[in-house]
Amino acid sequence: MLNTIMVIIGKVFALAIFAPLVSGIIRKTKNTIRMRNGPSVLQPYYNVRKLFLKDEVISKNASWIFYAAPVIVFAGSICALALVLMARPGHLVSNSAAILIAAFFVLSLGRFFMALAGLDAGSSFGGMGSSREVFISSFAEPAAFVAVFVFCMGGGDSFRVSGVLAGFALFMVVIAETSRIPVDNQETHLELTMVHEAMVLEYSGRSLALIELASHIKQMVFFIMLSWCLFPAAGTAPWGWAVFSAEIGVIGIAMAFIEISVAKMRLFRTVDFLSFSFFIALAASIASSLGL
Amino acid sequence: MITFLPKEFFLFDSLTIFFFAVIGLICIPSAIFSIGYLREEALKKKLISWVLLAAFILSMCFVIISGNLFSFLIFWELMSLTSYFLVVLDYKHEKSIRAGTIYLVMTHIGTACLMAAFFILYNYAGSFDYSAVKEAAFALPPSIRNIIFLLLFIGFATKAGVVPMHIWLPYAHPQAPSYVSSIMSGVMIKIAVYGMIRFFVMLLLPAPAWWGAVILVFGIISCLVGVIYALMDHDLKKLLAYHSVENIGIILLGVGAAIFFAARGVIPVAALAMCAALYHLVNHALFKGLLFLCSGSVYKATGLRDIEKMGGLIKTMPATALFFLIGAMGISALPPLNGFVSEWLTFQAFFSGAVESQGAVRIFMIVSAAALALTGGLAAACFVKAFGITFLALPRSARAREAKETGFMMKTGMALLAVPVVIFGVGAGFIAPVILRVSRAVLGVQNAEVSLYLASVLPVLIAVVVLGTALAVFLWFRFCLRTGQVRYNTWDCGYYALDSRTEYTATAFSKPFRIAFSFFLLPYHKSEKIRDSFYHVSKFMYETHTTLVFRKFFYEPLVRFVYSFAWKVRKLQPGSIHLYILYIFITLAGLIALAAIF
Repeated sequence: MLNTIMVIIGKVFALAIFAPLVSGIIRKTKNTIRMRNGPSVLQPYYNVRKLFLKDEVISKNASWIFYAAPVIVFAGSICALALVLMARPGHLVSNSAAILIAAFFVLSLGRFFMALAGLDAGSSFGGMGSSREVFISSFAEPAAFVAVFVFCMGGGDSFRVSGVLAGFALFMVVIAETSRIPVDNQETHLELTMVHEAMVLEYSGRSLALIELASHIKQMVFFIMLSWCLFPAAGTAPWGWAVFSAEIGVIGIAMAFIEISVAKMRLFRTVDFLSFSFFIALAASIASSLGL
Repeated sequence: MITFLPKEFFLFDSLTIFFFAVIGLICIPSAIFSIGYLREEALKKKLISWVLLAAFILSMCFVIISGNLFSFLIFWELMSLTSYFLVVLDYKHEKSIRAGTIYLVMTHIGTACLMAAFFILYNYAGSFDYSAVKEAAFALPPSIRNIIFLLLFIGFATKAGVVPMHIWLPYAHPQAPSYVSSIMSGVMIKIAVYGMIRFFVMLLLPAPAWWGAVILVFGIISCLVGVIYALMDHDLKKLLAYHSVENIGIILLGVGAAIFFAARGVIPVAALAMCAALYHLVNHALFKGLLFLCSGSVYKATGLRDIEKMGGLIKTMPATALFFLIGAMGISALPPLNGFVSEWLTFQAFFSGAVESQGAVRIFMIVSAAALALTGGLAAACFVKAFGITFLALPRSARAREAKETGFMMKTGMALLAVPVVIFGVGAGFIAPVILRVSRAVLGVQNAEVSLYLASVLPVLIAVVVLGTALAVFLWFRFCLRTGQVRYNTWDCGYYALDSRTEYTATAFSKPFRIAFSFFLLPYHKSEKIRDSFYHVSKFMYETHTTLVFRKFFYEPLVRFVYSFAWKVRKLQPGSIHLYILYIFITLAGLIALAAIF
């Protein structure tokens, strides 16, 4: 028991430390495809370090919510990571689904406080970002839950049609949840298009560093779930951690390809995007009830 | 000797005791809150309020412990009437009278259905006692059973505020004083759920699976419609009332699933679903009671209910803000608070239901879970709006700027509800097994294997990990990473004149949702330009509204029809005594003819 706990704590630390690297790889891949040089894959680490050492500017209108939100969102993403690691499917089916869903709930705890903090400073940008963020995430949730249900019902240890469909649906959810093109764009600060960036616009210094770290870790959480859906049998292979890193890398590179090959959607089109993802998840559930 | 009088007056079983606990948990803090709330009123009004409140609470208790249909109906009616008087307590307002009338009409439609069902039952059982009814229920012909089910369902659903019978709720609950709304929303509508559980799960046995499916479908409709309307409404109390519609929907998801799986013989899933439903029932009572009390505190301090005019209250009313935040986190199902545990148990019930079944049933369960997921997301969005616009940023009106924190009694009332919201979340390990025992007793299955291990461990685990990490970060910031902080104006793009008018509003916040659900909300705009001259517009008005579909396309035509029908019936009564004598004669002749035939 104690042993398992220590292993999970160790894994959480390791994955949290490597989480910014995944973002760095995605960014580097995008730049390479665009024939640009781009910053090194370690740039996210440099950013976080720089932010931790800088002074902070805090709005005069802000309340304690503004201070608490970055800490809560960071703690929430760490907790979600720990939960996902506990829920390795293939052992206890209904338990792993329950734990994965709890991980989604914990992530929504962080999002709730971030959205409040967006409203706290009294700027229109923050309010706009909060409104859009909760809008997108509330439509992403049904698809994500159904996908996780279906995937866990399949047992998660062998290759199934339903698992792949669920993985596809989850992939679309991950695009929305990690603020990537075509739903959102991490690289923009144009008021018409930004979602997540608008919500955190008032933040600077160490608070912003925490928020950025939290987004990297949240991305890691989703990529882990995706890797289970898309590469079900790989977890038991020898050299497990190497296989796992390769999976995360493949998913990251696929994400980079998608980001450079499509244009960003209008905000209200994301409903269609996420409904499509929901219907794919539903198709996965039909496949699973047919025994596929 | 009067023979129809029942022999069993009172009934005490686990379900009764459970509901007693719920009544006590909500009513005591609300009553304490009312002391502070009514402090400045005249003695006469105070007395009337408290007598009515006591009668209201007692009648609810008596509905619960009634052991027969007869006294159930009497106390049910008493409960409706006392709550009607509490709604119209503020009788000088046109709005209160109107809200009270809608409530009175709707609740009596419900009571009429209940009465019809009870008389049919009496006809077959020969007695009003629950035990006789239970015995007779086995022998009822299926068609009669189904008619009874539908009548009872309409009756209870009207009281519970299930869509489409919900229209009284967003009028009546906001109009009552806050401590009454907290009891009405927290407890009274749950009494209807008690009725459903008592009759569909415990008395009218065996319930067919489609009853459960019907309840489940109405639960889905209620939770989605309730939360969408709540997102659109910017009146703090009306918004909370719509959330009651939503949460009743979530409770019915559990009840429906329990009946459905009990009928199909999958007992562990049924027990889990019933446990989730009862857990959510007490949770909703707690956080909705708390939120209504907070809204009352805000109303006392500002005189406002429209959140567009509020803002910045977290600085002037820190305690109320904290309590509202706890309630909002509970209702948004954020871990480790109580709403999370019950919604999560509901998900688990759906999931294990899906695992245990095949084909269409599996997909039905998954779709129900998806509806619950969408509801959860939208509810969180709605409470970001409600808390953010009410308490954060800058005050949007003079009244909000001058708000003062409320008094000790009101704070105590709120605190007494806020603490259980936390305890019922983190302490799920102690509470869930008790509720599971109630749900086993309700379903009459003592040996159903349900594992609550995860539900007891995970909330504590989440609390420990989140708080531990947060504490570590806090200590690191405090003692190791001593970077500076500057307080400065909000980034204003070089405009240098940000004030409360440039803030984001609730209407703007909910705009994406209004567009996404426009097929249901049917939004429309009104704009008006007042011009000094052709070139200069001195005033520009722009309003956006949504259409209340159920009201516009169902209730308004119905009311019109009733009026026109009454107008036609009126011709039968022209006021001539000769004609009336003719009516009497015809009736008499008809009766004699009938008697001769049979």
